[in-house]
Amino acid sequence: MNYEDMEFFAPGHRACAGCAAPIIVKWVLKISGPKTIVVNATGCLEVFSTPYPHTSWRLPWIHTAFENAAATASGIDAALKAIGKRDDVNIVVFGGDGGTSDIGFQSLSGMAERGHNILYIMYDNEAYMNTGIQRSSSTPFGAWTSTTQVGPSRPLGKEEFKKPIAEIMAAHKIPYVATANPAFLPDFKAKIQKALSIKGPKFIHTISSCTTGWRHDPSKTIEIMRLATETGIFPLWEIENGDFSKIKITYMPKQRKPVEEYLKPQGRFRHLFNEPEKIKEIQKMVDEWWAKFETKS
Amino acid sequence: MPMMMLRGNESTAYAAKLARVKVIPAYPITPSTLFPEKISELIANGEMEAEFLPVESEHSALSAAIGAAATGVRAMTATASQGLALMHEVLFIASGMRMPIVMAIGNRALSAPVNIWADQQDTIAERDSGWIQFYAETNQEALDLTLIAFKVAENDKVLLPAMMGMDAFVLTHTMEPVNVPEQQDVDEFLGEKKINYPVLDPEKPATFGAFVFPEHYMDIRYSQFIAMEHARSVIDDVFNEFEKKFGRRYSKVSGFMVDDAEIVFVTMGSMTGTARETVRKLREKGEKVGLVKITVYRPFPKEEIVSLTKNAKVVAVVDRNISPGFAGAIFTETVASYNNEKKRPKIIDFIMGLGGRDVKIENYEQVYNLAKAALRGKFKEINWIDVDEEAVKEVEGTL
Repeated sequence: MNYEDMEFFAPGHRACAGCAAPIIVKWVLKISGPKTIVVNATGCLEVFSTPYPHTSWRLPWIHTAFENAAATASGIDAALKAIGKRDDVNIVVFGGDGGTSDIGFQSLSGMAERGHNILYIMYDNEAYMNTGIQRSSSTPFGAWTSTTQVGPSRPLGKEEFKKPIAEIMAAHKIPYVATANPAFLPDFKAKIQKALSIKGPKFIHTISSCTTGWRHDPSKTIEIMRLATETGIFPLWEIENGDFSKIKITYMPKQRKPVEEYLKPQGRFRHLFNEPEKIKEIQKMVDEWWAKFETKS
Repeated sequence: MPMMMLRGNESTAYAAKLARVKVIPAYPITPSTLFPEKISELIANGEMEAEFLPVESEHSALSAAIGAAATGVRAMTATASQGLALMHEVLFIASGMRMPIVMAIGNRALSAPVNIWADQQDTIAERDSGWIQFYAETNQEALDLTLIAFKVAENDKVLLPAMMGMDAFVLTHTMEPVNVPEQQDVDEFLGEKKINYPVLDPEKPATFGAFVFPEHYMDIRYSQFIAMEHARSVIDDVFNEFEKKFGRRYSKVSGFMVDDAEIVFVTMGSMTGTARETVRKLREKGEKVGLVKITVYRPFPKEEIVSLTKNAKVVAVVDRNISPGFAGAIFTETVASYNNEKKRPKIIDFIMGLGGRDVKIENYEQVYNLAKAALRGKFKEINWIDVDEEAVKEVEGTL
């Protein structure tokens, strides 16, 4: 069945103009279709889509807390199994980078290890945006956030590297792990489709621009997310059963653009242009990732 | 009905089996560990059909139970102490979302210092979480009250989660003869889980756990308060139905030799047995003493407590918990229950048996003697029984 003409995520929600999260949700649900139960970790998405008594969800949807979306989904999976209704329903979890890489990581790891038949999608806006742009483990090196302030004593912003959550999930040896970018829609849709066709735990890491936190014009969302992949900062790949030797890079830029092109239009990286050697460091990290994985793919 | 020798944790596991619980997420913690072990064994032996989820934490155990309950199936878990404390956040979510989950608790002390023995601080600390609370005195009660908890929790007028406490080791690990009901009788008593509320069903989409503003939040909290008030009469009705079916009588509060008693003990949980024995002994000596046992702590049975203690001169409340800065919880609530009564006995608090300190007949005799002194007007409001007061006061510099 093709549900692309149907909308399971209603308009009129309260996301900021230019937010990528609703784009991600809308397209995931168009692929998963009406027989889907959605579980949502606490975060922007939950807040802007369910201001009681309104809801944007035309599918069964549940939110319990911040760190337990994967556990809540595990209970749903078990319940459907117990009543013999497991086969024809998709369970899809949406969590931000906070609810996934940080506070929710334990329950996510547990869900993966126990082998639940669940598709977990992390929409990664690279900071705690719901509480106002505080750093997460998924915030990239060099980014300003409200808890990695930039000043004479701390010229860099975030001094640590981004946690490689998708690689960590692949190390769980679950059937399917991928990175995805809604700016590359055919690839994005194919990955959702593929994930849903596989039984067991699946994890998809999607980049999700936050115009407010990344500090760019709301009209530039897709453009900037596209640059993330074209510069090689956010490569698109998939790994099955944790086999890193068979990583498949699904979008191979003919020539990777320099990282400056991605960093420049975003206010959160503005200070880096006073620290050119730090930009070189970022370029080096990107080149190293590609050197390591490009040949395998 | 077969008699079996069961530990408390096995009693609750058999109750789960008899209630045909569909999803059991659990994380082991002393003294509740035998519950998930027994469930795993019953499933492995083909005696029980359920999904057992050996989750990675208590927080996830209760979260998964909510997911299962929201899907419309019966869900149960078990924990104790630190595990219950880790669930704290999720407890309020379970009750706020009106999920009729049942949880067996091995009542155990909270850290620090770490201690694995009997103490009711863990569940008392969660008294405001919106869960119904039952407390068992014996392993028979542990089984019966777990079945009763499902019937109350799932009642349309209630729809609240319920926890059933049993003291660490004294009940959880001690074998007692337990009358295990027949499956058919339990099926008739509980019935198939009726669902008259929305569940996670793609045929009828519904949003659970929405973001609620001040214009609605308080009304939703009020509905929870009303549901807990409804639980008062529903619990009585279910106790009556249970007695009709199984012949065992339960009450939220039960009195023993209270009619002419001048001094009445108030107890909860396994320490009640020792109190009853003390009352018998003292009665043989002609002392006018009685006992009130609390089986349901939430909703707090204020009218029943008053009616059973109002003719006494001194009510000696025994608390296996303490709120530093005030008193034990049962004392506080017993006093509050008398708020609008003209005639009231002296109410005195006795802190006893914390962290598994043995509760002996001589401790109750000491309580009795202090209560008797209060008859003559001499008393302290809060009394710690069987502690080395001098040593502690010296260390704390107050001697």
